[in-house]
Amino acid sequence: MPDVSDFILKLQRRRIEGSHATARQTAELLRSVISQTRMPYTNQAAALLDAVRAVGEQLIAANPVELAVGNIVRRVLHIIREEDLSSSAVSFEGLMISEKSDDEDDADHKGGPVLSAAAVAAAARSTLRPRSLQTLLEDGPLPAAPSKSSSAGDSEGKSKSDKSAVGKRLKHSVIEAINLLIEEIDDCYEDISEQAVEHIHQNEVILTLGRSKTVKEFLYAAKQKNRSFRVFVAEGAPRYQGHVLAKELIQKGLETTVITDSAIFAMISRVNMVIVGAHAIMANGGVIAPVGMNMLALAAQRHAVPFVVVAGSHKLCPLYPHNPEVLLNELKSPSDLIDFGEFSDCMDFGAHGGAPLMHVVNPTFDYVPPNLVSLFITDTGGHNAAHMYKLIADYYSADDLVIKRKSTSSN
Amino acid sequence: MDLRRPNRPVIGPKVRQVGFVTPDSAAATSSSSIPAVSAAAATSAGSPPSSLSPVMIPPPRHPSTEMSNPHFHPVGSYNPSEQILGSPPALSPSRSSRFDADGSDFGGDDDESVALSGVGGGMTPKSSLLMRQPVTKTAPLVSETHKRDSNVSKGKGDGPSAAPKEKLTKAERRATQEAQRAAKAAAKEAAAAGGAPSVSKQPKPATKPATQQKKDVPSGSGPLQPLAPSGSIEKKQGKKEVAAPHPRMQFDDMTKVGKLKKRAVVNQSEARNRVELFRHLPQYEHGTQLPDLELKFFQLDLIHPSVYQVGLQFLSDKISGGNARCIAMLLAFKEVIQDYTTPPEKTLTRDLGAKVGSCVSFLIECRPLSVSMGNAIRFLKNRISSLPHNLSDKEAKSRLQSDIDRFINEKIIIASKAIVEHGVSKIRDGDVLLTYGSPSVVESIFAYAHGIKKNFRVVVVDSRPKHEGQGLLRRLVERGIHCTYTHLNAVSYVMHEVTRVFLGASSVLSNGTVYSRVGTACVAMVAHAFRVPVLVCCEAYKFHERVQLDSICSNELGDPDAISKVSGRKNLNYLDGWAQNENIQLLNLKYDATPSDYVSVLVTEQGMLPPTSVPVIIREYGIERLWT
Repeated sequence: MPDVSDFILKLQRRRIEGSHATARQTAELLRSVISQTRMPYTNQAAALLDAVRAVGEQLIAANPVELAVGNIVRRVLHIIREEDLSSSAVSFEGLMISEKSDDEDDADHKGGPVLSAAAVAAAARSTLRPRSLQTLLEDGPLPAAPSKSSSAGDSEGKSKSDKSAVGKRLKHSVIEAINLLIEEIDDCYEDISEQAVEHIHQNEVILTLGRSKTVKEFLYAAKQKNRSFRVFVAEGAPRYQGHVLAKELIQKGLETTVITDSAIFAMISRVNMVIVGAHAIMANGGVIAPVGMNMLALAAQRHAVPFVVVAGSHKLCPLYPHNPEVLLNELKSPSDLIDFGEFSDCMDFGAHGGAPLMHVVNPTFDYVPPNLVSLFITDTGGHNAAHMYKLIADYYSADDLVIKRKSTSSN
Repeated sequence: MDLRRPNRPVIGPKVRQVGFVTPDSAAATSSSSIPAVSAAAATSAGSPPSSLSPVMIPPPRHPSTEMSNPHFHPVGSYNPSEQILGSPPALSPSRSSRFDADGSDFGGDDDESVALSGVGGGMTPKSSLLMRQPVTKTAPLVSETHKRDSNVSKGKGDGPSAAPKEKLTKAERRATQEAQRAAKAAAKEAAAAGGAPSVSKQPKPATKPATQQKKDVPSGSGPLQPLAPSGSIEKKQGKKEVAAPHPRMQFDDMTKVGKLKKRAVVNQSEARNRVELFRHLPQYEHGTQLPDLELKFFQLDLIHPSVYQVGLQFLSDKISGGNARCIAMLLAFKEVIQDYTTPPEKTLTRDLGAKVGSCVSFLIECRPLSVSMGNAIRFLKNRISSLPHNLSDKEAKSRLQSDIDRFINEKIIIASKAIVEHGVSKIRDGDVLLTYGSPSVVESIFAYAHGIKKNFRVVVVDSRPKHEGQGLLRRLVERGIHCTYTHLNAVSYVMHEVTRVFLGASSVLSNGTVYSRVGTACVAMVAHAFRVPVLVCCEAYKFHERVQLDSICSNELGDPDAISKVSGRKNLNYLDGWAQNENIQLLNLKYDATPSDYVSVLVTEQGMLPPTSVPVIIREYGIERLWT
């Protein structure tokens, strides 16, 4: 598929920047992958899952640091599983009536003929999703009132030819759900910034680092509600995106002060709140964020300034980080720090066994441990760092956490 | 200066407006009348230098004021307004009235520009000259009280005290302004007949019309009068209080700022958008002072050329770093002492003290003193005042010079050697040492450790805007030391591998706070979080008995434009053209205060101490004894 290789190339070359853009394009790509997948007569969900997984694996490998890709792939897998369940619940009901057994999927075998379709669906659903209050409530009414309306239509008189219709319906509903997902990704700014007024009061002094569109929208929203507050923007070396943010903020009439990153510690004592964006939020509540954020978080902790992370739900990553400073990081070109050729006279490759005396380190990301984060604001509301794993569990199914497993086992 | 007025609402919209010059001002700049103006100012003789209270040894107003040129005096002592008129040729008419009014009090609209410029310019420059004369004559000394009220009537001297004026409403102020203008116009006509030009001030070298356009009108005015052209408008306080500006002067105290401005040699214009929190610090426009000061070279005869040179080097950042600045200053003072001859009927101790004081105030204008320099100056003044009276000039001078040499040697050079020895003992083979910026002592520790074949690696952390670390990196690499270079934000990435952090300090305060290059606190904090020991290397002469809790109450502000321009990254020009926007403020802090709990050990020539021992060192040894 040309789209896929094209996208992979872009990811590899880091042409796509920002988790929002990546997430959106990944979702669109997966949607087209699904629509192009040929549906077999049997085990359609598994076919879709395989197709998505195969593409997802390549995408993740293309840029392992861009966690949003993996997040979206897992979200899509989760969507397929959910849609499959609801349709299988329907079809299973039909099958029970027509006494045709087997062939759908594992849920059938597990559930056995004894169970009602609804019960099977509920059981499968609960395996798909870990128990939470939400799933409990959702599942509660299910057995009592199985979705009759849709099932009534298909249940009677299904022949084999219907299976393709079922497959089409599955594909169709998955694509529908992915469209919803894309919409959700696009709308996350609005959902997050709606909460701005709850967190920003009059005359507040807010510090942010670098540039994040989410933060910008968040501040805009507060400004629109006629809150007047001041913003300190740390410029965020080496990309200096803070300058861009400052420019955008002053265009909206916000009082903005640009400070160097080195002045963060000096200024933090006069700041009421730190609001930053994130690159990804890990399942333990840790944050992968632009470089410098850990320093800022430590300074905020020192002065007991709330450290608030705003991020859309596509940045929620179901993985637990291990040594994230190194493993989830990316070292960029030294030219950001030192001009090309500037130190060439010091680079004597003849001496010291050819190893240069000088190294330049230019990492892209920082890891902020969960204990430094006061609050996460996502499109579903505010959350504590300790609650993130639960929130994340709502979006992903446990089976998808490791997408690579198949290929590694085959290797 | 208006901004700094205490009574003002902190963030008044007025202030904002002040920042920008009205367009018309530029037009007005053409100054044909400059010489004439200056002449007028000169007419009234200033109060004699004797007016200083003898008690205050420290530098009286700038030497220039006391200068031999008789015409200058009037300016200093006089109404600032007069000076103003004389100096800057170009004023927009709208502002003109301001000068009389003491700039700040007047309408909120353009007052800042006025204050900055120091131009009193309701009238065309010429007119201002003319009118000025009558004023000067009527109330030469008194003029310092508010002119504004008096202006209406001719006699300015008898103006009401400042307090009442502040209470005026805007409308009232307008009215007064109008009245003043009228009065001036009348006055000028009257004066025109009189020979204003008789006393010519120094020719002004070159006004810079261009600069005036931006609201830094003052720069234009500056060149003319060495005395204190720009600031003069502000406050007319008695000349008598001429004490040298305290290093920790609060720049939001309008009276003091006014006084300071009057004395100022260096022409500073206020930064455009000053950062609210730092109103108490001088926030000047950078880049204009240097050419300005260069132009004034031949007028500032009372400043010794070596001091002048050092001042220029400070201003242009050619010399930076606590030790380097301190040594440069002391060497300059040595030459001052060398060339000094006691004037007749004066005593060396007193006159030389005042002389040094005036040099110091010049240096302060170029760049605020570091604590180390402050301590060195205290040492020198101590020495001067404790000279026995029966010494001959020659003996006294040679004694002072050897004192200075001894100070440089013992307190700085030998002290750093001792620190190097202490510091090296903490470097083990295989260590990864991190440093930030370019501390001179730390550099020599690394060099020495490398020299004795210790095997270690250095991580140089750098930050904007000065990138001092690159210089250090280059020197270390040239010595053959393995280095890793990174920027401050990445410090938590590199901190994993680091085993020791060596930091320099500009000063260590008696509560253990380390006052140092901005960003040091961040590095120390991250090191603390990663459980890496932090060694702060600092000579004991940099200790100071004052205390500080944050980095805001006392600090130094650098050039705000350095923030918006990223050196070496031409594609990063997001803020081009936006620096003028009234909503944006660019903050370029130079120092920060590292809390003492981040510091594991303080390496000084007295040994390795916990930071809590600083007050002990200061008290037990006596800070004075530390210097002597």
